[in-house]
Amino acid sequence: MTHKISQSRRRFLATTAATGAVAASGFGFPHIAKAAAPVKIGVLHPVTGAVSYSGTQSRAGALMAIDDINAAGGIKSLGGAKIEASLADAQSKADVGSAEVEKLNEAGVTAIVGGYASFICLATTQAAAKHDLPYIVDVGVADQIMERGLTNTFRFSPGFGACVQQAITGLGAINQGSGQIAKTAVIVHEDSLFGTGTANLLSKALPNIGITVLEVMKHPTPTLDFNNIALRIKQHNPDLIIPANYYNEYVLLARTLQQQKVSSKGIYSVLGGAASQYKFVKEFPEAAAYVMDCNHWFDPKNQAALDLKKKIEAKGLFYTYEVWLNYEAIMYLADALERAASVDRAKVTEALASSTWSHHFMPYGPTKFVKGQNQGAQAVNLQVQDNDIKVILPSQFANAKPVFPMPARG
Amino acid sequence: MFDLTILAPAVLNGLMVGAVYALVALGLTLIYGVLHIINFAHGALLMVALYGVYFLYSLGGVDPYLALPVMVPVMFAIGYGLQRGVIGRSLSNKKKSRNNDANVMLVTLGLSIVIENLALYFWHADTRTIDTPYALAVVDIGIAILPVPKLIAFAGAVVVAAILWLLMARTDLGRAIRAVSKESRGAQLMGIDVEHIYAMSFGVGTACLGAAGCLLLPSIYVEPGVGHIFVLVAFTVVVLGGMGSIVGALVGGLIIGVTESLCGLYLGESLGQIGIFIIFIAALMFKPTGIFGQRA
Amino acid sequence: MNLKALAILGVLAVLALPGWLIQSDYWMNFAIMVLYAALLGQAWNILAGYGGQFSFGHAAFFGTGAYAQAILQMSVGLDPWLCFLLSGLLGGIAGAVVGVLSFRYNLRGSYFALVTLAFAEVFRIVAKSVDFTGGGSGLLVPLHKGAASAQFATKAGFYYLIFALTALGLAIGWWLDHGRFGARLIAVRENEEAARALGINAFTTKVIAITLSAILAGFAGAFYVQYFLYIDPNLAYGPDISVAALLAPIIGGLGTSLGPLVGALVLQLVSRVAQMVAGDAPGITLVIFGVILVIMVVALPEGIFGQARISARRLISRRT
Repeated sequence: MTHKISQSRRRFLATTAATGAVAASGFGFPHIAKAAAPVKIGVLHPVTGAVSYSGTQSRAGALMAIDDINAAGGIKSLGGAKIEASLADAQSKADVGSAEVEKLNEAGVTAIVGGYASFICLATTQAAAKHDLPYIVDVGVADQIMERGLTNTFRFSPGFGACVQQAITGLGAINQGSGQIAKTAVIVHEDSLFGTGTANLLSKALPNIGITVLEVMKHPTPTLDFNNIALRIKQHNPDLIIPANYYNEYVLLARTLQQQKVSSKGIYSVLGGAASQYKFVKEFPEAAAYVMDCNHWFDPKNQAALDLKKKIEAKGLFYTYEVWLNYEAIMYLADALERAASVDRAKVTEALASSTWSHHFMPYGPTKFVKGQNQGAQAVNLQVQDNDIKVILPSQFANAKPVFPMPARG
Repeated sequence: MFDLTILAPAVLNGLMVGAVYALVALGLTLIYGVLHIINFAHGALLMVALYGVYFLYSLGGVDPYLALPVMVPVMFAIGYGLQRGVIGRSLSNKKKSRNNDANVMLVTLGLSIVIENLALYFWHADTRTIDTPYALAVVDIGIAILPVPKLIAFAGAVVVAAILWLLMARTDLGRAIRAVSKESRGAQLMGIDVEHIYAMSFGVGTACLGAAGCLLLPSIYVEPGVGHIFVLVAFTVVVLGGMGSIVGALVGGLIIGVTESLCGLYLGESLGQIGIFIIFIAALMFKPTGIFGQRA
Repeated sequence: MNLKALAILGVLAVLALPGWLIQSDYWMNFAIMVLYAALLGQAWNILAGYGGQFSFGHAAFFGTGAYAQAILQMSVGLDPWLCFLLSGLLGGIAGAVVGVLSFRYNLRGSYFALVTLAFAEVFRIVAKSVDFTGGGSGLLVPLHKGAASAQFATKAGFYYLIFALTALGLAIGWWLDHGRFGARLIAVRENEEAARALGINAFTTKVIAITLSAILAGFAGAFYVQYFLYIDPNLAYGPDISVAALLAPIIGGLGTSLGPLVGALVLQLVSRVAQMVAGDAPGITLVIFGVILVIMVVALPEGIFGQARISARRLISRRT
């Protein structure tokens, strides 16, 4: 941890040194009268409390992006102005999140990135709206965040409506490819905003692709024991098990299914807590094998995404969706700053809204914002194969073919 | 609605989860019985014990069950120190302040905030699990498949309860603890060092968490907030069994475990948790001293 | 004794100032959160400080008020201001029900504390499982800025709303200090058997206290919803709220009318200071907060306001 502090000090030193350099070079070019003032950006995440793991990962991604931007010369249209992060902690609480927005506003930030959890984003976007402060939701998948008509709020990544849609399309295609082998499914979801919302959309849409939902089982977060759920799944003997829950519960569920010898033709999760986490694949390779997921992911053929993976792993962190979604959220903002050539909030908001930014490494369609939501954003289908996580659909981004039904486990 | 093929395993499973609750509640009930304080730091101390077991395994290669002789004394020392150094200081105001109960509760709450966030700072929020060779081992008894780590935890809970019971019933320390819990002033007049006995009780209660950590880690995970899963339920177990009763904590834990499992089966895991609290409310109303409790 | 009334009026006059004085939204938000914590704390203080009944489940009443505020305006379509009144009322009813059940069976001390906690948990689980609360997804109140929808365009509007509620809480505190009911309640706290012998109906007294307490908690819940516009089962009925309710009064001084306000102010200040000291390292802010909490409790067992009162009395008695 001292490591982190010293690092931010180093970053600070680097920034001042760089600013000094720009100032010095300013003598040579009289039309740049003074050093470009740094652009302050609020980086707001829940780094303590219930969702602190995700918050910490998110912060790491955002800071990595800021370092990269500054190393590449800052915001050029602002005379090479560096980006300066104002860090804030929502403590996994909505009220603290909104107090932090007020703090960031007073600190004079140009925009805020973050929030992570939907219930935090609901409070923070609204608090920022009061100050016409541009706010980029990094993850917050609840669609309600974007549907309130807040003109300051943008989301580069998909909401769960779009994710579930891709989940259904993808599953339909995979199932068809296997000769319609899956006919029944059981949904296991955690019972808060994310799991409930996802499960509701899923259970409505699954019959459309010829899959009968045998039972929807919800469980609280945290849940200590999944034996009952495993027993009931075993009784139903479904073709597919569809979990929508967080990491810890996902791991316990997967372990219990293994212990209780529950087999199915496939495990297909939607925004699964663990299915597309390198940590899960590394620590539980057996339980993870051939699990499918529909989730946020990077374009596996894009070098920038792979470079970032290396850099993150070099810091001893796992390359999780929080990291790259925050990285890209900052990059999207940086692009808008570049085009706005101003730190004026209205101009930045305008630039964010009209963005067609294409230099990202996400497997998205063309960037186009409608009411703050990137229309190109989508989730992709993933599967754990050969102790790695592969994209299996949509085909233009895929680096592997789906294996379904999954081979019996020995 | 459900036949025996699912009912029997559900009951067995409930017993095993209940044993886990009992393990956590044993220390809590001892502390409550003697010091009459509601210890909010119990969950945080369990988390510390789990981290201890985790690091012994991941850094030292020590099997979690073999970590028992290390974790039990270490947790005892932590508990003894906390009571003497921090919690006892607010207790010693007993005569002066009628706010005493509230204050001690707040001190334990403050401690839990400090411990959890220190853990967050030093060990980060990552969920950590250990993968022992027997993590996925099961025993198939025909009517149910029972995971080996949970069976061991069940047996462990019974053994810990038995040791604790023997300690209280048969040793000088146990006699002193009981004397202090009944009549601390009188015990003091008899020459018992009350402060020391308080700290010993808190230490023994915390040592139980050391054992719990060793027995639990093979089947769960650890992260800074993991204690929250157990604390509310452990409180209900303590009250249901009778505050201060060791046998009560064991039986109460098992009852809560089976209730949770059966309600989960019939009402779903989410709504099913209501069963625990309804049983708890009913028990308080009709037998407020708990199953094995003495008159307060 | 009019000195005390003057003191409370003086405090109220000072509290009325921030609405005009503070320009910064950060500090305005700070002031709002102080009064919100003070209101929730005063709710708890009525029952625990004056009545001696420690609850761990004030979230049960807070959450009921919060859900009433959200559901009545969204699903029933009532005026948000009318909802506000009804939220307090429904919070109060929840309190009365919990009180009647617990006090009928004569639950005291830790037993009462834990039964209230169990009620809050039951409410939380039910809220998660039924449809009209939005289940686990919670309820999002649509944005309609304006005083008519109880969503003020400025922070000052919210400030005066929470100020009015806090004033109500202080008024109840003053009434408890001076009225006959307060005397009865304190008698029950000090010695229930003796109070009974004096002809006080302890059961009715305690039920009235928990109802009053729950009405205030219900208002706090309704305010939360109007300010943040979102509620879900964990936010409404989770243990966090029950803990928040007891922090301010214990720190400030149990059973004193101004204790919760003092405690709320100090706790908010402590957490902001901890934030400044700790910098960006995750967790350290809360470590500092926890350490200061423990130190305050150990050093000031009567609470800040309680200690100040004792010292003041000593000073006065020394002079005379």
